[in-house]
Parts: sequence; structure tokens; C-alpha cells
Amino acid sequence: MTTESTQGQTPPTKTQRDAQPTQSAQSDAQPTQSATSQMELVAAMQRIVGAKNVIYEPHRLHVFSCDGYVAEPSLPRAVVMPTNTDEVAAVVRWLHQHKIPFLPRGAGTGLSGGAIPLNGEVIISLVKMKKLLSVDFENLRAVVQPGLVNLNLTKLITGEGYYYAPDPSSQSVCTIGGNLAENAGGSHCLKYGVTTNHIVAAKFVLPDGEVIDVGSGFGDPIGYDILGLIVGSEGTLGIATEITVRILKKPQAVKTALAMFDRVEDASNTVSAIIGAGIIPAAIEMMDQLAMQAVDKSNYHVGYPTDIEAVLLIEVDGLAAGLEEDAGRVVEICEQNHVRMVKVAGSEAERSLWWSSRKMAFGAIGRVSPDYIVQDGVIPRTKLTEVLQRIADISCESGLPIANVFHAGDGNLHPLICYDSRIPGETEKAMRVGSEVLRVCVDVGGTITGEHGVGIEKVEEMRYQFGEADLAAQLAMRDVFNPGALCNAGKLIPSPARCVEVKQARWTTGRNAAGVEG
Amino acid sequence: MGQVQPVQSVEPSLVRMSRQTAFPFDDAPEEDKYSVCVHCGFCLEVCPTYQELGDENHSPRGRVLLIREAAQGQLPLDASVVDPVFTCLDCRACETVCPSGVQVGSLIETARGQAHIANPPVGRAGRLERLFLRGIFPHPERLRRVARLIRFYQRSGLQGIVRKTGALRLLPEAAREMEAVVPKISEKSALEALPERLPAIGAKKGVGALFTGCVMDVFFSDINQATARVAVRNGLDVVVPKTQVCCGALQIHAGDREQARKMARHNIDVFLQSGADYVIINAAGCGSALKEYPDLFRDDPVYLERATTFSGRVRDISELLVEVGFEAPEGSVERTVTYHDACHLCHAQKVRSQPRQLLRSIPGLKLVDLPDSERCCGSAGIYNLTHPDMAMALLERKMDDIPDNADAVVMGNPGCMMQIRLGVHKRGRQLDVLHTVELLDAAYAGEKTWQGGVGEVGETEQGGQSSGRAPGRTGAGGGGSR
Repeated sequence: MTTESTQGQTPPTKTQRDAQPTQSAQSDAQPTQSATSQMELVAAMQRIVGAKNVIYEPHRLHVFSCDGYVAEPSLPRAVVMPTNTDEVAAVVRWLHQHKIPFLPRGAGTGLSGGAIPLNGEVIISLVKMKKLLSVDFENLRAVVQPGLVNLNLTKLITGEGYYYAPDPSSQSVCTIGGNLAENAGGSHCLKYGVTTNHIVAAKFVLPDGEVIDVGSGFGDPIGYDILGLIVGSEGTLGIATEITVRILKKPQAVKTALAMFDRVEDASNTVSAIIGAGIIPAAIEMMDQLAMQAVDKSNYHVGYPTDIEAVLLIEVDGLAAGLEEDAGRVVEICEQNHVRMVKVAGSEAERSLWWSSRKMAFGAIGRVSPDYIVQDGVIPRTKLTEVLQRIADISCESGLPIANVFHAGDGNLHPLICYDSRIPGETEKAMRVGSEVLRVCVDVGGTITGEHGVGIEKVEEMRYQFGEADLAAQLAMRDVFNPGALCNAGKLIPSPARCVEVKQARWTTGRNAAGVEG
Repeated sequence: MGQVQPVQSVEPSLVRMSRQTAFPFDDAPEEDKYSVCVHCGFCLEVCPTYQELGDENHSPRGRVLLIREAAQGQLPLDASVVDPVFTCLDCRACETVCPSGVQVGSLIETARGQAHIANPPVGRAGRLERLFLRGIFPHPERLRRVARLIRFYQRSGLQGIVRKTGALRLLPEAAREMEAVVPKISEKSALEALPERLPAIGAKKGVGALFTGCVMDVFFSDINQATARVAVRNGLDVVVPKTQVCCGALQIHAGDREQARKMARHNIDVFLQSGADYVIINAAGCGSALKEYPDLFRDDPVYLERATTFSGRVRDISELLVEVGFEAPEGSVERTVTYHDACHLCHAQKVRSQPRQLLRSIPGLKLVDLPDSERCCGSAGIYNLTHPDMAMALLERKMDDIPDNADAVVMGNPGCMMQIRLGVHKRGRQLDVLHTVELLDAAYAGEKTWQGGVGEVGETEQGGQSSGRAPGRTGAGGGGSR
């Protein structure tokens, strides 16, 4: 990976799109439009997956115009819900033959717009493929369909004492197929790694309908790591229809501490000190005051003091022996760093409340601000204090409040930029502010996304990270799998030589045309 | 008496609040409510209809999006919005998980209100709705006449004849199934049978006015009597306002908010006049509607204030007993039971721990977990009649979840009780379907010192009940199977 310095350039660009969802939104790599009629399409899809699994009536398509990123909605031409690999392959093959663009969709909780049908794609919804196909406890493997909800996998195997480790905040609803596409992270990735570390093999439908098997249940990949390429490809290389994941034995014991700090700096120093002390916590999460206020207004009220700057949620897990000591050392380190109050959870109910409060934080921002944009930058952990200060400065300059809820342990920031789309120009301002924040992350040696993906949201910010040559190389790689760019075009990689326009919200009239701002 | 006599006999012209909406009528879904949704999707996995259909049109965030687009004039108020809005169970499971606090129930109910005015139900469904929701339920006298008819049908031998001759085949399937599980109707409703005032036993903790409800008092009047007994037993004076009417929840569900407002005004007047500290309710759906009366009067400042005062006094019986402090019963009930969380108790009223606390206080009673106990059973007011396929799919899942070792499933809502009785009947399972207070009442009845002397309240059904089998409703399918 190379990082090209683009300091001082104009703010990032994005094609301005129409104010209303449309079937012909402009996009780079626009696929060739096909002459196939809607009637032929619907009939063909119905033949493959059955009439009840095809949604095509215009009024029923509105709800599929966006995912968790709502700033740039666009209508699909149809939604198809296959129930097995053969059906997915048949659907893709037909669409490929007829040059109709398509894209896969899981639960639609993505925060970067990866499942938005910018080109009026046919959405291949995988929500009906939600089976756990097999489990091999002894070898720690499970084979799942892509529509299986992340947490449901854990629920299905928890009785035997096992779980699936990657735990994005949306784990109660997001799908493992979507996790694969986005290479999803989560709170416990600090110790356990992200999705790519937990997927060992997949059955994969290529954009021409061919079905291939990639990876292997056991052993490291031999030859090129195609699976590694596919995980995190954001649905631009094809559709995984069977996924073999690693499952883990539940840790014997867990200790969770909540530490409240008067100053952000002390909290940041605590994070580095804990890791510097040789402890590998399962998770270290941080929330700032604005985020605390929001979650305390939600159903998961913890009762945070209103005059502290930061709270850390620190979890250690593993063998019961020695864990008490680890927890004790964590508390000690907090105290050395001027913690106001630190407490180890006294019960599973208390621990669960703390975690719910953290995991619900994004949505809870809806209680303190009419709209928000969540960013997803990564920075070196040692730069936490500096970057948080720069984010605070940006907030001050722009006049937009910014809440911070993030994975402090691995430096994965989630600044939530609060704004009110009813005020003219504020949406655009918020998007600009988000972009500035990412700029800061890259400047200090970080990246523009930790786990939410690039999608359409950060596609222009890719230029902060990569030069034209790098991007061209990545596009060439995509073309190997997805030559006509029929599959999820316009995402992840910006097209070369795009004219520069100031990033602007889709809607120009009324309030929040998508109604909801992720 | 007994007729609806609101203070204002006609619907007053509502004060139009300033708002921008394409909805054509007053009392529309509010922008402040739908704009709170950030489209995160956390609601998807708890939505029973989304779980069944996998179609986001039938998910909470999908419905909120459709309501918003209708409000903004991007979608007409036609099937595109109306179907998803009416396919919603209004179970509120989404509200429990929603991080930003979207009041989906209120949005759905007000959207149904718009649809109901724009396109009043026609044909057979419309005739049935008008007959029941306007013609019968708001009028206690008529409701009682219907109850007496059913009682005659059950006791005269007519039921046996009808069943033998196969005349039931003339009924639609949903109604035919319900016929099979209608409980034995008592001679008198609790509203008729109970005296106007029952004095507290022991130190007085307050005065509670008993809301007897419509379905509850027709089909389960002995639960109302048990409710009065346990309240009195725990230091509450119980008053029974005799002119109360049905709460209007079914009308709200159907979108008939005008009719609901009439009934609400009447009840608010009657209960405020009673001067009671609490309004006691034992039906989750009604309790939720009573607590949400202010939502009906957003544009009526006079009644908004009265409704807010009234709603502040409403308590589910389990909630109230825990709040004022209840005495653990000494009589034992040797049973293994499981508890089903009625949606409008857990999601709408946030009452979860209290019924369990009451049950756990009963000596001899073993409470076993019901997996996914907060998922809707498919009853949802009259949903099981309007959307039988979805209702039956959800009932099947609920029945699958009931643990094998339970000999009764306990809950706090008559709609769920009817629905789960149907499930028990269809599966031929040996399982009682009980209300929380029935077990508590049975435990108190088992106390040596307890006289159970609440007027004429069910003394025939008291005493020697240490087995806890609530008489009149034992065994699968209750009255229907015998």
C-alpha cells in the first residue's frame, strides 16, 4: 500500500446526484444499459426464485433505496430474494447475459452505502439465506449462509460454549455475508482480529454466474490469497453464498471495567499504558461527554456524570486464573492516570448494560441531534489525544458538535458529526467536516476507514490514501473478476480522472429526503 | 347508563397545529417522531413480520420510511403505505431496541388513522368492523347481551348440536377456530357482579379504580374478580366505576381514532371523577392504550391535560402490587409454569420484572424460562382475524418455544390468552393458559387465614385451590374441548 500525500488539495469530490432517488444516477464505471424490458426481467427472476421472492412494484422499492447510509438514495429496478447458491448463480448468470447491473445486500445496515443501487441495480437480497448449514465444534468451524445474522450464529452455538468473535455494534442485525463484504470489525477486534481473520473459506458466485470455492477449511491459503481479496471487497467482486467461519470457545472468564476521566488526555494515556503494560485487553472502548448524554437518554441508561470528558470500557478475558490480577492492574493503571472513578462490573447484568450503552451509541445520537454522519478513521493509538483535540478544533470552527464513540484500543475512531439538515447548507458542511476529520487521520499516519468500508461515502477520500497509479491497479484487479462492472459499480474505488465537484448532499429541497441520516 | 356519554358529545374541531405534512387529515403522524429514525436497522431482527417475510416494506424502519415519504408527499396514501402499516402487529418490539427512541407504535397508529378516514373499510370487513368496534364494544349493555348469547350457546346444548352437525363450516376459518377456544362465559361480568367499593384488607395503601375492559370482562371476568381480590388483599381499596366503557385500544389499532377518542373522553371523565389514586388494569393492550390516551389528544388542549393526569394513574396490576409493596402469599401452588411477555406489557409498558416477581413469590411455584418470551404470539388485538396467516405463523413459533416441562403458560393479556389457547387446542397439548393474578389469587386462597370475602366474588371458585388449577379453565382448549 502506498500513501500519496495530497495535502493542501481541494476537499474531496463527489458527483452531485439528483435530489430524489432515481434509477439512472450518474456513476463512474457505468455499466452498459440493457434493452431488456422490466417485464422480461421480472418474469425471468420469478422463474428462478418464485414470484413471492421478487419485488418489482415501484412503490415497494422505496425502502430499498438506501442502507444505513442515507445521504444518497437511489431506487433499484427490482429486489430478488434467492434461497440457495444455485438460485443466486442463476440470477447472476441471467443478469450478466442481459447486461443488467446488480448488487448483493444483507441486512442493509452498512454505513458507507455499499448496498445502495446507484445505477438502478437489481438488488440480490440474501436475507432468506440465513441457515447455519453445519458446525464442527471439534475443529472450530461453522458453515453458514450469508444472510445469517452475526449474533444469531453465536446464539445457535452458545449452548455448547462457543461463539463467533467479530462483533460489530450492529451484530444483532447485520449479516455474516455483509460482514465478509465489509471486512467488519467490532469492539473485541483488539484481541481477536477482524472478519478476515475469522473466515477461512467461501463458496462464491462470480459476476458472470460461475460458482467457485475459495480458501480452505483448514490450513493457510496456498498460492494467491483469493479469499483475502474477496473479504472486504464490498460486493464488487461477486457474492459469497456459503461461508466457512472460525468459531471460538467462549473465554472461561471475563472482567469488565468502566473508568471515568475528567480529561480526555488521561483516558487516552490510560489506553496506551494498559497496552504498554503487556496486557492484551479484549476491548477498550471510549465515549466522550456528548455520546454519554445521548446513550443516557436511550433505553440503556447508565447514569454517566455530566462533567467528565471521557469514559473507557475495558474488558479482559481468558483463563480464570490470573484474570483477577489483570483486572487489578487495569484498575491500577487507570488510577495512575487520574481516573475519577473506576469500577469492575459486579454482575453480568451490569456488564451487559455497559455494553448495550456502548453498542447503541450511534443510534442514540438521534436523541441529541436531528441528523448525524458517522465517520470511521483509524489512527496510531499514540496519536489519540492529538487527533481528538484536532477533531474538537474542527468542531469548534465549523460550529457542528462532534460526538466520539470508538474503539480506542485499536485507534479506530468514530466521530459522529451532528447537524440539522433542515438548515440550508448544513448537510454539505457536515460532509465537509467528516472529510476534514479523515484528512487528519491520514495526516497522522492512519487510514480513512477501519471497519465501515468505503462504499460511496468515502470513495473520493480514497484519494487521500492512494495515488492514481494505485487506484488504477486496484481497478485492474476488479476488472479481472468483474470486467463489465455490472456488480456493484461505483463503489470502493474512485474512477480515474473524475471531474472535481464539491461534495454535496443529494437533496436540495425539503428536509432529509432520505429522511434519515446515518 | 353504560352508554357512551362523553362530556362533549360530538368530535370537537381539533386545533390544527402548525406542521408541514402531505397527510390530508388532522392527527397525522408527526415529523418529530419519524425524523428521529436514523435508519440504523437495529429494529429489523426483532420485528416478527420482517422475520417472517424478509421484506423491508414490512419492517419498522421500512414502515417509518414509508410514513415519512407519505408525509412528504413522495408516496400517495395508497396500498404502498397502507398495506405495510396494517401488516404491522403494533407489538412495539422495535421500540425496545431502537437506540434513538422512535415511537413506531404512535406513527403506525396515527398513519392508520389517516388511512381509516381516507379509505374507510368496505364490504364484509367494513361491516364487521363497524358492527363490533362501533356497534358493540363501546356499549357495555350490548356487549353483555352478546356475552349472554354466547353463554346460552355454550350451556343450552346448542354448541354441541352445532358442532355435531358441522354447521360451523359456514364460518370463516379464523372465526371457526376461535369458536373452539372461547372460554366458558360467566353468568355475570365483573362489572355487574362487583360492588362499587371493596375495602382494603390491612393497612390501606391507596385507592385503585378497577378497569374491567371489554374482552377481559366477557371472556375472563373471573380474572377481573381475582384482580380485585389480590388488590384488596394487598391494602388497596378497590372502586369499580360502573359507567366505564371499553378502552378503545381495538379502535386505535384499526385506525378508528375518532371512535377511540369518544370512548377515551368518557373513561377519563369517569375515572377522574372516581378520585382514585390508581387506575388498575390487568390487560396489557388496554393498559398500554390507557397510558397512551394523551397521544389521542395532541390537538385538544383541554383533554390533553385531563388525559395526561388520567394516564399518570394507570398501572398494570403487577406493576401496582410491586410498587405499593405486596405480601408474599403463604398458600402454595405446586406447578411448573412459564411466562410469556405480552407485547403491550413488556415493550409498550416496560413491565417485565414485576409479573415474574409476583410469580416467584408463590411458594411451590417453579418458573421456567420461555425462549424469546418477548416475541409476539400473533394475537395483536384483532390482527389474528385480519391477518390470519401471519398470526398463525407466529403462534406456531410461540407454541414451539413453550418448554415441555411447563404445565401452564402465564401472561397478562386476554388477547394473548385467547391466541395461545387456540395454539394449545390445535396441538392438543396439556397446558393451562393463565393470567398472572390467577396464580397469585390461588396462592392467597390457599392461606388458612384468607377468607376471600369480596362480596359475591367467586367464593364458589375459592378454597382448596392449592393445586392452583384455576377452575373453569383447566386443561387444553378450556371450554371448547369439553
